[in-house]
Amino acid sequence: MADRSPAPDTPELRERWGAFEFTESYRAKADKAIARYPEGRQRSAVMPLLDLAQRQVGEETDTQGWLPLPVIEYVADYLDMPVIRVLEVATFYFMYNLKPVGKYHVQVCGTTPCMLRGSDGLFETCKQRGMKKGHVSEDGLWTLTEVECMGNCATAPMVQINDDNYEDLTPERLDGILDALAKGESPKTGTQEPGRHTSEPANALSSLPEMVDANHDYRKDW
Amino acid sequence: MPKVTVDGQEIQVPDGATVLQACELAGKEIPRFCYHERLSIAGNCRMCLVEVKPGPPKPQASCALPATEGQEIRTDTEMVKTAREGVMEFLLINHPLDCPICDQGGECDLQDQSMAYGRGATRYEENKRAVTEKYMGPLIKTVMTRCIHCTRCVRFSEEIAGVDEIGAVGRGEDMEITTYLEQAAEHELSANVIDLCPVGALTSRPYAFEARPWELKKTLSIDVSDAVGANIRLDSRGREVMRALPRINDDVNEEWISDKARYQVDGLSKRRLDTVFMRKRGKLQAASWDEAFKAIARAKPGKDIAAIAGDMVDCETMFAAKALLKACGSNLIEGRQTGMDYDVSNLAAVNFNSTFAGIETADAILIVGSHIRWEAPLVNVRIRKAVKRGAKVFVIGSRWDTTYPAEFLGEDLSVLSKLPKEAAEAFKGAERPAIVMGGAALAKGALGAGLAFAETYGLAKDGWNGFNVLHFSAARMGGLMLGFAQKGGMKDIAAAKPKVVISLGADEMDFEPFADALKVYIGHHGDRGAHAADIILPGASYAEKDGTYVNTEGRVQFAEKAVFAPGDAREDWTILRALADALKVEVGFDSFAQLQAAMIAEVPALGEEGLADYGALPKADAKTMAEGTISAYPIKDFYLTNPIARASAVMQQCSSELLGSGELAEAAE
Repeated sequence: MADRSPAPDTPELRERWGAFEFTESYRAKADKAIARYPEGRQRSAVMPLLDLAQRQVGEETDTQGWLPLPVIEYVADYLDMPVIRVLEVATFYFMYNLKPVGKYHVQVCGTTPCMLRGSDGLFETCKQRGMKKGHVSEDGLWTLTEVECMGNCATAPMVQINDDNYEDLTPERLDGILDALAKGESPKTGTQEPGRHTSEPANALSSLPEMVDANHDYRKDW
Repeated sequence: MPKVTVDGQEIQVPDGATVLQACELAGKEIPRFCYHERLSIAGNCRMCLVEVKPGPPKPQASCALPATEGQEIRTDTEMVKTAREGVMEFLLINHPLDCPICDQGGECDLQDQSMAYGRGATRYEENKRAVTEKYMGPLIKTVMTRCIHCTRCVRFSEEIAGVDEIGAVGRGEDMEITTYLEQAAEHELSANVIDLCPVGALTSRPYAFEARPWELKKTLSIDVSDAVGANIRLDSRGREVMRALPRINDDVNEEWISDKARYQVDGLSKRRLDTVFMRKRGKLQAASWDEAFKAIARAKPGKDIAAIAGDMVDCETMFAAKALLKACGSNLIEGRQTGMDYDVSNLAAVNFNSTFAGIETADAILIVGSHIRWEAPLVNVRIRKAVKRGAKVFVIGSRWDTTYPAEFLGEDLSVLSKLPKEAAEAFKGAERPAIVMGGAALAKGALGAGLAFAETYGLAKDGWNGFNVLHFSAARMGGLMLGFAQKGGMKDIAAAKPKVVISLGADEMDFEPFADALKVYIGHHGDRGAHAADIILPGASYAEKDGTYVNTEGRVQFAEKAVFAPGDAREDWTILRALADALKVEVGFDSFAQLQAAMIAEVPALGEEGLADYGALPKADAKTMAEGTISAYPIKDFYLTNPIARASAVMQQCSSELLGSGELAEAAE
């Protein structure tokens, strides 16, 4: 399990991020998120704002982005809410990175279906490329995290890298994707199985065959 | 009014009651950790499980389940018993079994409830989790491994105190309660979370490892650190007061007390005057009672004798002084040490008329010259409640951090006579408008203008009197009832040029005008008054004598003696009685009972606990205008307002750490 404590509050951190402010385009998005909620309920927008802040930090540092404490304080200030309430949210959701990450945040699912379908091999691949769980690789490109179920069990094993999912992986396929990313290319997202489009059955239909053409009431078969 | 059955007993419960409350009404004890009457419902400890029909066939959390018509509630079935045992077992999984070294031991909800509702022995053999200690300031000691995540402390600081400081980070199996970056909890009620904590996670730092609850003698007392008159319990061991805890009184303090009321008690054993002192050749030197009384008699005061009451004296002491002066032929008594001279011909005009419980129901409140958070933190809690119910709050005076939305109307007092449009409309439309006038407003002579305001906006009507004066001296209302007020205040006393001035623990007064008089200080702490005195007669503090106190809403309350005064110190009334003999006058009482009887004969209201009746508000002169500005409030440092607090190491630490008033000062003797 990843460490969910925020990066230490150091003078360097304050110096680097103390002056953080939304850029104009992010400010517009933030205000749009706030406008979704009734007047006086602006703190409901804390999650989109944290996400926007993380993305802006990502752009500034050429990484996936993370949330330094001064940025969390900025969001609290922006929403006029106590900073501890923002920290509570930020420490709960795994999508908010509380420590610096690499350009690509490789989140390998290790929950049962993925594990049965070979996620151990994916971890091995990552390890061979010099990634270590919870650490940024030396070239600053990768951060490896083991995560719990991401809901792609039908196409297990899977990896989420930044905003995209890569599914039906084998160590070789993952290697290929990581190579492509390292070169700055954008590999195909979603399933990597040739001939498969999304999460439809990989081979012949094994369940609910009557449902292919029309809706079918199975209840009488129970 | 739904009718429910609890364990076969049919009862009616109020609308909106929960199943837990229904069980309580039926006299059934429901174990709980997260549920608290004065906080919102969290429903996260699961200890209050009961069986409810109709409903799913499983135990339900009674604290969060509304009681509805025809419910059959069972608290005594096998399912409930095993459910409680199961919950308790889960709670104890990560709770250390360190009761012998835990300060909560003996008064711990978890300990008691595991005895009553838990299994006999543990079945858990895995590792327990450990959590690092969190710093929460000089008052709260944390042992977070013991935390069971009931979130009472989080809800208290958010809902009651109005200062969102405590939170639960890392929600999930690694949840930890902490303040942001482990900053100290910085508000006046922070230590109440210690009482709320059902386990030993948040305990009292100054009281750490001092005593066990069963060793302590409990005495019912009244807090004197402000004029709220919070009901407290003094826990003492031997001759030392170990701690002060709140008592429940819904009319006064609910079940909270300020940090000052709670932690100034260590000052009771520091810087104490425990022997008689006399100034000889400019220096204070130890002397005997006899010498001191002879010296006072030698001054031959005759009727040129004055008495100034301090902020923390009880009514009996003041009455004894008044009786002594009367016997001498003098009426130079005054309690408003700092020189205030507002009109006291009608006490209703200087009283908190709406009562504390009443101000909760106000819908428009104007605060004039009062830093309420510091002058009466518990009244601030009430006003916050009113705001939560929709009240609008306006403040005249310089800015302070309110714990609720409030509009500051500037420092100029003349605003009182011509409110800005929005505020004026709020008060015109209000059903229960109220004004709270603080010491700063009284000092500027704004009382008349306040009364005019009350008349303009109809603050006093049938069943409602919204005119409030908020004092911050525990002795004030009692003193005023006993007549401790001259028309011109302290100026009149100085002008009378008394030969002897008796200071009854008056430390804030200016001794300058009395340079020629013999200054006798009867008090308990070596503070400003003692420094200026010629003769010091050691008296008793509020913990060391029985006494009557009247709070700012005119509520008469009795406090009991918890411990004996140290050394040669005596209860104040005995000193004054002996002084009467030295001055060869008759005061008419020889015992405390006689003194009290004489006092009650003169002011009958002091003999009855509860609100004194001061009658109706006086007619106001509508043309009275207030002048001047309120750019500062009388309390400069919340933690150091009285001699006991100034002597307290804990209060000094709070002052320097939380208010940043500089380095910790060395105790000056």
